[in-house]
Amino acid sequence: MSTIAIVDYGMCNLDSVARAVEKFGGTPLVTDQKKEIENAAGIILPGVGSFADAMQELHRRSLSALLQNKAKEGIPFLGICLGMQLMASTGYEGGETAGLNIIPGKVIRFIADDSQTRIPHVGWNEVAQITASPIFTNLTDNTDFYFVHSYHFQCADEFVLARTPYCGNFISVIGSGSAFGVQFHPEKSLKNGAKIITNFLALC
Amino acid sequence: MLKVRIIPTLLYKNYGLVKGIGFDSWRRVGAALQSIMVYSLREVDELIFLDITATLEKRSPDFDTIDELADECFMPLTVGGGVQCLDDIYRLLMVGADKVAINSAALLSPGLVSEAAGRFGSQCIIVSIDFKREKNDTLQVYTHAGTKAADISPIEFARQVEGEGAGEILLTSIDRDGTMTGYDLDCIKQVTETVSIPVIASGGAGNAQDIFAAISHGKASAAAAASIFHFTEQTPMEIKQYLRKQGIPVRL
Repeated sequence: MSTIAIVDYGMCNLDSVARAVEKFGGTPLVTDQKKEIENAAGIILPGVGSFADAMQELHRRSLSALLQNKAKEGIPFLGICLGMQLMASTGYEGGETAGLNIIPGKVIRFIADDSQTRIPHVGWNEVAQITASPIFTNLTDNTDFYFVHSYHFQCADEFVLARTPYCGNFISVIGSGSAFGVQFHPEKSLKNGAKIITNFLALC
Repeated sequence: MLKVRIIPTLLYKNYGLVKGIGFDSWRRVGAALQSIMVYSLREVDELIFLDITATLEKRSPDFDTIDELADECFMPLTVGGGVQCLDDIYRLLMVGADKVAINSAALLSPGLVSEAAGRFGSQCIIVSIDFKREKNDTLQVYTHAGTKAADISPIEFARQVEGEGAGEILLTSIDRDGTMTGYDLDCIKQVTETVSIPVIASGGAGNAQDIFAAISHGKASAAAAASIFHFTEQTPMEIKQYLRKQGIPVRL
């Protein structure tokens, strides 16, 4: 079984991600140790919290350059929620902050497009697949995932794998090679989330 | 389209789940772990778990118990009760809460909501507001599981905590709690018109029509309910099927 490093940078609970990986056949290793991340067959970067604080925590553990390099080398990489956002070049939560720059883009706050639109975007919403990707194997198009966030990713079309109909149809899945980012929480999205985790593990 | 969420509320007291009327007359309704496993199996949208005696007993949340419960929860989980400081929130997130509900401390510890939102992000900070309709029909916030009146209206308090960075409001009518006579639609509507963060209606749901009213009339983003699931045969799925027939977007 492949060891999947779940990067622990002190920002959130990693149990649910670790349990999901284990359930679908991977060996989760929750770690902030460079050596262990270096040797893993795949890397998951989860996260809850603000962009600036998260980057500071990654820098403090000297993990930013390592994560950038591993993703660029082609080690399967999955960013979840804030973890996806950290893959950007720049984030604007907690002040303008340089991200991991795995996928060029920026992370900005939602601006409500009408008075009925509430921010944060909380709850189940559809993921409309734009580009075919192994991360979507066996997954029905326009099916629901669980979201909870106030910021969203903006990048060039070539990196957009899926969008979600809220606040101007935001980008909910990004990808470049074997690096993926999902704005929703697969570990909290029941059966559909399980398919995303399974598909990611199949690449590792 | 973003779906309206139907959220079972689990109230925890003396190591088991309870349900009362008007925040009183508690009846035991089963074990927490079993309930969470059943709701996981039924794939509900989300769960709210509130330890209703923690603040009254001046103790912290029971992190070990919540850790065990969260392990069985494959859907989003909000945890509240006894949350007094940043460290409580941090520890709840670490044991598996996806969102943390702050009630009494949101009022009594100025700065807590804004510090928590700054550190953990607004999206995981819910402020839980319990209110009563007083004899002169004014609305008043209560803290400490509904035992202490606070000199502020839920509308004003909602506006305040939104400004401090709360990501969601859980709005519970103490008068309607457990009565199954419908939500306090007027208060829900006033709060949803005041804030632009999501509002979860709570207290009073007796049937699917009550929940429809909270969404269509009250403009709530989600409806929390307990008695309806503990004491009637209705399931979250049946309620969502009813809502879909009325044109409300739900996840089936």
